[in-house]
Amino acid sequence: MPRVALFVPCYIDQFYPDVAWATLEVLERHGVRAKVPEMPTCCGQPMANTGCVNEARPLAEQFVEVLGRFDHVVCPSGSCTAMVRQHYEHLLHGRTDYVALRNKTWELTEYLLDVLRIDPPRSPFPYRVGLHQSCHGLRELRLGSSSETVGPRFSKAQKLLESMQGIQLVKLTRPDECCGFGGTFAVQEEAISCRMGLDRIHDHEQAGTEVLTANDMSCLMHLDGLLRRDRRPIRVLHIAQILAGRTPN
Amino acid sequence: MTESLPIIDHPAAAARFVDDGARTGWHDQALWFVRVKRDRQAHGLPEWEALREQAAAIKSHTISRLADYLEQFEREATRRGAVVHWARDAEQHNAIVLEILRRHGARKVAKSKSMLTEECHLNPFLQRHGIEVVDTDLGEWIVQLRNEPPSHIVLPAIHIKKEEVGELFHRVLGTEAGATDPKYLVEAARTRLREVFLAADAGITGVNFGVAESGGIVVCTNEGNADLGVSLGKLHIACMGIEKLIPRCGDLGVFLRLLGRSATGQPITSYSSHFHGPIRDGELHIVLLDNGRSEILASDDFRRALHCIRCGACMNTCPVYRRSGGHSYGATVPGPIGSILNPARDAEKYSTLPFACSLCASCSDVCPVGINLHEQLLIWRERIAARGILSGTKRLAMKFASHLLRRPALFAFAGALARWGLRHLPRFAFYHALNPWGRQRELPIPPRRSFRQEYRKRHERQPPRG
Repeated sequence: MPRVALFVPCYIDQFYPDVAWATLEVLERHGVRAKVPEMPTCCGQPMANTGCVNEARPLAEQFVEVLGRFDHVVCPSGSCTAMVRQHYEHLLHGRTDYVALRNKTWELTEYLLDVLRIDPPRSPFPYRVGLHQSCHGLRELRLGSSSETVGPRFSKAQKLLESMQGIQLVKLTRPDECCGFGGTFAVQEEAISCRMGLDRIHDHEQAGTEVLTANDMSCLMHLDGLLRRDRRPIRVLHIAQILAGRTPN
Repeated sequence: MTESLPIIDHPAAAARFVDDGARTGWHDQALWFVRVKRDRQAHGLPEWEALREQAAAIKSHTISRLADYLEQFEREATRRGAVVHWARDAEQHNAIVLEILRRHGARKVAKSKSMLTEECHLNPFLQRHGIEVVDTDLGEWIVQLRNEPPSHIVLPAIHIKKEEVGELFHRVLGTEAGATDPKYLVEAARTRLREVFLAADAGITGVNFGVAESGGIVVCTNEGNADLGVSLGKLHIACMGIEKLIPRCGDLGVFLRLLGRSATGQPITSYSSHFHGPIRDGELHIVLLDNGRSEILASDDFRRALHCIRCGACMNTCPVYRRSGGHSYGATVPGPIGSILNPARDAEKYSTLPFACSLCASCSDVCPVGINLHEQLLIWRERIAARGILSGTKRLAMKFASHLLRRPALFAFAGALARWGLRHLPRFAFYHALNPWGRQRELPIPPRRSFRQEYRKRHERQPPRG
């Protein structure tokens, strides 16, 4: 039995515990009993993306030291996973234990499809679903083909969702434009961040989205904040919640 | 070139732009339309990604031995009768151009689009010295008439509506008041610009590609204005950044296919004009400009930025650029590539630009010459933090967050406190002027317990099996 750790990102731990529970349930349904260590609490991305590498490095070190002991590390966030896989190198300068960790750290949907090789679920989810392709998962982890690049079209999240019973995936006019969260960008460039989010929401509204989902709860936190402020009817669910059988409200 | 303060405040400029919601939507759509056209062209070429890789490889190779290729270019261009000049910075560049013009007694210059001369602020310099310069690219001419800088490197007047062009032309050219028909307005501009071409003593152009093996230069336009500007007079001055070089004529096929498609979604620019030496009885001067490019070349982190062929695709795709407008960057080259090149010139003045980015990485995926734009923007953030020019609040916040996040018990305590506050304190405790998050957005609905609190509880009750 491989020893699997679930890395629960800081904001999910504090504000969206159900996303972590749903991830544990989905993994367990496929025979994986993941453990959640007390540490690390955060991958260090907020600091690294603000340029504060000295503040990010201790968190990267913690991450490698604690989670390096597991056979696999799974994370319900493309952005945090991309931080570990693409940006730790720069912070840790080729520590050998990091190189090993990098190759066994997975975002949830790729872990399900590429490591566990599960059959896409057929459970019911009778809603019109708008899939938000979170940028770091898309363009850094390549969990799907970005609209800019030429080549075969694919999306791991879509593959997991599309065979669910009764689901209708909506067609967006801009299939993978950024929602405008961007970490500290969301507050530093508040005006642009919110405009980007509202533009995404309008695209989902014209497409008839009932449930807006993504691999990253951080994008959804931003979009949900905008949706609730205007009392718009679209509901957000992390993809793990949909896969675990949660329904909107 | 010495640039002066004040420090560019991108968030404030962007907020002013977004404040006009309808105009922001129009601007975003106008540029997205170009991005869609680009996609259609790119997806029509199965070999697109291979072309991009080849272009990146050619550029990497060229800049790895730039000095040799520059000397070869100078030799070949000279052999064809051109005169090659070397300018260390904008000041030298402008002085060289002025000296050539004076020697010919030139008073009127027809200039085709050149971001390099914008970078050097050549127009105001020449005008100060009594030389009349007219930008003959339509968009560039419109912004010149409005006395403002271009807002985009390929589409200089993309921020201006046709109604506004109508008003401007009514005032300047005497077209009918209230005219908005593009065909009518373009015809009026065309007529006036013909007079400019006929009266010009000299033509100034930029250079899209300089070919080392032939000493030739290639200028790409859609309006043919470069050709008119340099063919009617006897003097052609071509201003060229040293990174514009490619080794062989054969390499052009790669770049011309990428440039038009990436820039405007055309298979190729309408005019790709090749100049090999001067016209009969004329003179061709090529001014090679460094202006900080050698410093970028010396940097392992930013060298690839010199691949740039100025197609503007990173601007068209950038969700921040589309919603904040080119002028919010306060620089000749705005958008993602500008946010890399400008801090290299003056890190303090342009310190907000690398942060005017959500790190969506669309620019890196769209770039036809494989510049890792979003990664370089991230490196710039690090440099800015290291130089101590990050804002004080941001630095403190990150120190504080790092301290907290490294200590699970402290993090849990702070989180519990915040969630308790969100549930029990009055709304104004969280929604106030100091919390930009809450201006247009709700904060998350706080759960009673964090995940780890609950996890611990469940596992104390029922120790995990296995």
